[in-house]
Amino acid sequence: MECSVKSRVKVCSICNHKRAALKRPKTLQQICRECFYDVFEEEIHRVIVDNQLFRPGERIGIGASGGKDSTVLAYVMSELNRRHNYGLDLFLLSVDEGITGYRDDSLETVKRNEVQYGIPLKVVSYKELYGWTMDEIVKVIGLKNNCTFCGVFRRQALDRGAALLKVDKLVTGHNADDIAETVLLNILRGDIARLSRCTSIITGEDGPIPRCKPFKYTYEKEIQFTYAYFKKLDYFSTECLYSPNAYRGFAREFIKDLERLRPRAILDIIKSGEDFRISTSTKMPEQGNCERCGYISSQKWCKACVLLKGLNRGLPKLGIGRSRGLNTVSENGSKDTTKSNGVQSIESKQCGSLDF
Amino acid sequence: MACASGTCASGCSKVNAQSSTVDLPGPKSTNLTCLKCKVNTTIASGGGGGIGDSLRFCYSCFRSNLYGKFRFAVTANAMISPEDNVLVAFSGGPSSRVALQFVHELQERSLKNFEACRDRSLPVFGVGVAFIDESAIQQASSYDFDKAVEEMKLVVSNLSPPVKKFHVCPTDSIYSLDSNDGREKLNELISSITDVTGKEDLMEHLRMLSLQKIALDHKYTKIILGTCTSRIACRVLEATVKGQGYSLSADIQYVDARWETPVVLPLRDCLQQELSLLCSLDSLKTMEVFNGLRSGINGLITTFVKLLQEENPSRESTIVRTAGKLTPFHFNKLPEDDNSVSILASRRRQKKYNLQQNEAIPLNTFCSVCNSPLKETDTKTSESNGNGQISRSVLAASCASCQFQILPKEGTLLENFCSLLPPPVTERGKACDHNKLLQMREQIQDCLLSDTDDET
Repeated sequence: MECSVKSRVKVCSICNHKRAALKRPKTLQQICRECFYDVFEEEIHRVIVDNQLFRPGERIGIGASGGKDSTVLAYVMSELNRRHNYGLDLFLLSVDEGITGYRDDSLETVKRNEVQYGIPLKVVSYKELYGWTMDEIVKVIGLKNNCTFCGVFRRQALDRGAALLKVDKLVTGHNADDIAETVLLNILRGDIARLSRCTSIITGEDGPIPRCKPFKYTYEKEIQFTYAYFKKLDYFSTECLYSPNAYRGFAREFIKDLERLRPRAILDIIKSGEDFRISTSTKMPEQGNCERCGYISSQKWCKACVLLKGLNRGLPKLGIGRSRGLNTVSENGSKDTTKSNGVQSIESKQCGSLDF
Repeated sequence: MACASGTCASGCSKVNAQSSTVDLPGPKSTNLTCLKCKVNTTIASGGGGGIGDSLRFCYSCFRSNLYGKFRFAVTANAMISPEDNVLVAFSGGPSSRVALQFVHELQERSLKNFEACRDRSLPVFGVGVAFIDESAIQQASSYDFDKAVEEMKLVVSNLSPPVKKFHVCPTDSIYSLDSNDGREKLNELISSITDVTGKEDLMEHLRMLSLQKIALDHKYTKIILGTCTSRIACRVLEATVKGQGYSLSADIQYVDARWETPVVLPLRDCLQQELSLLCSLDSLKTMEVFNGLRSGINGLITTFVKLLQEENPSRESTIVRTAGKLTPFHFNKLPEDDNSVSILASRRRQKKYNLQQNEAIPLNTFCSVCNSPLKETDTKTSESNGNGQISRSVLAASCASCQFQILPKEGTLLENFCSLLPPPVTERGKACDHNKLLQMREQIQDCLLSDTDDET
């Protein structure tokens, strides 16, 4: 944002009228604040329309953590819904992991958002769903692998919350940087199955509640510093107490370096991800239901149940790692070991960490 | 170091990583025996410290392992057949030096077989060596250019019998011989590109065109590159970052037959580190004539991959393995020449692992600048821009990445740029137009009435 005090006043390259206030991260165009809001929102509108993300009358849950992405998402969704008459019923859906000093604070932000945008809020907590808070889990298992628990539980908690709200779809605040990073991480890890689907804008269409990412082409920088800063949206910005900085650290840095050299690299990575020639015969896990809780699962028991069983029996390592899951070790689960082994490597990664 | 995620498919494992550090504490490791033959001592024990393979293998196991990878790549993909005349691209760096060495050893062996064989049914393949003189567009490193070329000549002449021809070919030779301004045109072309990454990519492409030209002029049937795993890993990320996800799988296979003379990569499974180690062990002389430093996006990726490799020695292989799972193109295998008489004889030598016949060969269109295959949906978007005949056909048939990083945006600049392109590139643009026409004709074929139809 090289703005204000410059000897030569630059004029906005879109309206050719007002003074340019920022260099747009995505295109490096120098534009004024108003034009930035316009293109920012219009672009997201186009993504929504072109990909037919919503149908009129649908109930849409917005995954809200209180962080910048979901706060801006809530704002933009309510704004576009009103402006373009999407005819959607919006709801905020938050997950309370039970992390004192982190989630309780961010939930306060979400509660303020509820009032500001007039969108009803539903909070589901790990405590009520699983009987454990993250604080309690960390006490048992320590700071290693705790993200595995949190990731598995959160995914399911969002779906359960969405079911309670009876929403037709969930929208999440994943932005272009997140997706580009996921593409890279999947290449680095050799995960071809995930590589083939990590760029889809709608996922889980065969499941009960599809999820979509309206920010798929939206740069983090634009969300983060320009938008939230200019609009002074109320958001919460602190890292999770249990995984400070660990979150995908170094791949993120690489993306930022790339962006500095060539802003469109992020979009190019996403395009590459969409264009990869991946044969449709690449094995996909068979979808079934968890015998214990009924949640979608490719295995006998869903991951959350495996992890929970471990926690409750005092064996918290159960379900973590390559092939030590309950599905292969369990009392009578040996009949389909070949199948479960085949899908294990596709199924069991949650936290996108590749930290050194 | 292993990844945090327990199920990472990168082939490393935490357990192994830990145990190996326990087993091999620095100073003690000097007296270890080779993991494979369990007889000789490891390379590292001989002198100084060592990393990777030198800690695990003895010299002969290391060498035979590396040569084995090369030989397997050659035989499994039927890269070299007895009647071939192959051209080894030699830059002076360690990878191409090893490629040259191994090809020579293969040739030596087949000469022995030839002499020992009574019916002499299998001829010995021929080998030529090419060095592309890029001094017109690249600044040479501190190494004295003429001295380097002399040394290369010596290297090649020492690799005989059988005798190998050595070609030194300047990049500007891709412009036709009758125009003397090739070098100026080339210079102007390269300097008109503003994006450093784009400049580098075009230069790499021109290098390939030069090799193709030598092969064509001297009747070589295959071009052998020393591209190794580490380089391919970088290439995978480069293509991804440049939005070339679709064409990526074309560039990273053992065989690339989209060119007039097919290109093969027998060192695809060897790491840079191994190749350099072999060079130093065998005292194979290398000479970096041009500074191989990559810049821009490519430079960033090289550093990134290097960092990854240092943290996890199997990372480069994992990246290549991931990309290897992408579907290759129909031209990523050698065309079958079924009319050849010698094919029966040569079958004895060839083990073809990928013999699947594909049903219909799809008609691919290729980027007129970088020759990467184009996705059908992408070709339509880039039409009608620019006014000249050549520039229009070049622009219409170029990939998005070249449009962004190589071609100038502005109409007259583009026109000028296209007039500077060497003939192989502009001809491809025309061929592409022709191809489209053919394709269209094919689509409406069944609606067309021929003269003979009237009579029936």
